[in-house]
Amino acid sequence: MTDHILSQNSPAARDIDIVRSRETRRHRFNAALRYALLTVVGLLMLYPLIWLIGASFKTNSEIFSNPGFWPENPTLDGYIRGWKTSTPYSFGTFFINTLWIVIPKVIGTAISCTAVAYGFARFDFPFKKVLFSALIATLLLPNVVTRIPQYLIFRDLGWLDSYLPLWVPSALAGDAFFVFMLVQFLRAIPRDMEEAARVDGATTWQTLIFIVVPLLMPALISVCLFQFMWTMNDFLGPLIYISSVDKYPISLALKLSIDTTEAFEWNRVLAMSVLSLAPALAVFFLAQKYFIDGISSGGIKG
Amino acid sequence: MSGDNKFLGLIYLSPFIIGLLVFTALPFLASLYLSFTNYNLMNEPIFTGLQNYIRLFTNDRTFRKSLWVTLVYVFTTVPLKLAFALFMAVILNYKLKFINVFRTAYYVPSILGGSIAIAVLWRYIFADVGLVNMGLALIGFEPVNWFGDPTNALFTITLLRLWQFGSAMVIFLAALQSIDKTLYEAASIDGAGKWTSFVYITLPLITPVIFFNLIMQMVQAFQEFNGPYIITQGGPLKSTYLLPIYIYDEAFKRFDMGYASAIAWVLFLIIMALTLIAFWSSRHWVYYAGDKRS
Repeated sequence: MTDHILSQNSPAARDIDIVRSRETRRHRFNAALRYALLTVVGLLMLYPLIWLIGASFKTNSEIFSNPGFWPENPTLDGYIRGWKTSTPYSFGTFFINTLWIVIPKVIGTAISCTAVAYGFARFDFPFKKVLFSALIATLLLPNVVTRIPQYLIFRDLGWLDSYLPLWVPSALAGDAFFVFMLVQFLRAIPRDMEEAARVDGATTWQTLIFIVVPLLMPALISVCLFQFMWTMNDFLGPLIYISSVDKYPISLALKLSIDTTEAFEWNRVLAMSVLSLAPALAVFFLAQKYFIDGISSGGIKG
Repeated sequence: MSGDNKFLGLIYLSPFIIGLLVFTALPFLASLYLSFTNYNLMNEPIFTGLQNYIRLFTNDRTFRKSLWVTLVYVFTTVPLKLAFALFMAVILNYKLKFINVFRTAYYVPSILGGSIAIAVLWRYIFADVGLVNMGLALIGFEPVNWFGDPTNALFTITLLRLWQFGSAMVIFLAALQSIDKTLYEAASIDGAGKWTSFVYITLPLITPVIFFNLIMQMVQAFQEFNGPYIITQGGPLKSTYLLPIYIYDEAFKRFDMGYASAIAWVLFLIIMALTLIAFWSSRHWVYYAGDKRS
């Protein structure tokens, strides 16, 4: 009976075939539509960056006349003159300054946020609830409201025109977002190994360093990468605190270059923009898994 | 562990506690105090009561303009960005090859978009003879005066932030991928179409993430600084003079710390009020799985 109904010649089977082929056709059409849309949006998103790279090799007159990527008369002029800058310092100085801001800040963030997250996730102590609420409150507190008194505090400490105002708050776990992310991650890790270590006589410090930190590594890498990116991009912090040109990071140097005579040598500015984006892009492509994981876990569990 | 000193946890928290007191709590209260004073760094702060606030609301056209522009900016940028991010996440949430390639491509602007280099690039591509107008000419449109026209100028900044929809999209996508597929199968057996499934299954299940993105994007948008500072310098006719720029100018160019603090507090109270409204209303529209209330 069943064989009979499903045999090729039966009208029911033909109907099923027609429905199936209609389905696959619709699926293919759907998929094609999605690909087309995704590709168009992707190109629109990336074209400004692609154009930027091409334009940095163009002559100044070509930048505002050629919407294409390929330079007609490729030149390294922008890079050579841009690197010299209109200041007594080369762009290399600004690069080193940037790293000199970023690296200590990332290290301070990693150490302080790990310790604080460990404290929140693994210990009971008085005022824990109040302190955790304070953490969430700082997460939502707009920086704009604390900026002016912070400036006054740093002025009174004599830290203006140094990198200390940029380093110290982060070294004191000032970026609540990262602490929160690590707490969420730690809460999901079982405590068995830590408890075994404690039974064997390890102190909490030893447990933290030899057991928790290795387990926490993926989240910790995300924290370091995000802090690296955000600090590379930071503009307002250096703008407020750094006044001598020899201490400028690249963000301020670029701002300076669009204000000075370089403003009319567009390829110089664009070439230095490309260079200033290069470290962030390189780090992103080497470690994109950590970015995507970091952002989705931070967001979902939040 | 049970044998531990009950203050041990506080030792691990000590960096946070010091930071919280010195760099958050103290400045927070100090800025409230400063907002009631006249303080220009030369003398000690002089207490003037509500004078700064009275000046703000009765005698400061720049403030009114700046507040209006800020609200327009936030209320256009945030909904557009969330809607676009969600739309793209839905498109991507499908058994597609190269999904990672697309996800990466969309995420790159989020990584770079906050930088000064991109703001500089934006200045160039929206210039009168810049890339955007060249592109418009190619497809037969008239060039647009992006920076000369007050409405368009603010929109270039909105476009810059829309361009960074990737981070919100990644969060949406993770939420979409965690939805139980059997729900859709059950719905389609009951005769629900795609749109019905989206409205009655997808949207309710991702409301926690919509809520999270909404709060984060809103707090961020109210503090937009780099875009208008670099791209449009607040102009033309103060049409992109967002409150954070006004605060910066008052505090660090005119050194009127008291008045700047008052503006900062008004901005803070607006953000707080909207955040509280969002939290309060979330009871009615945010669905948490396993929560009996819903």
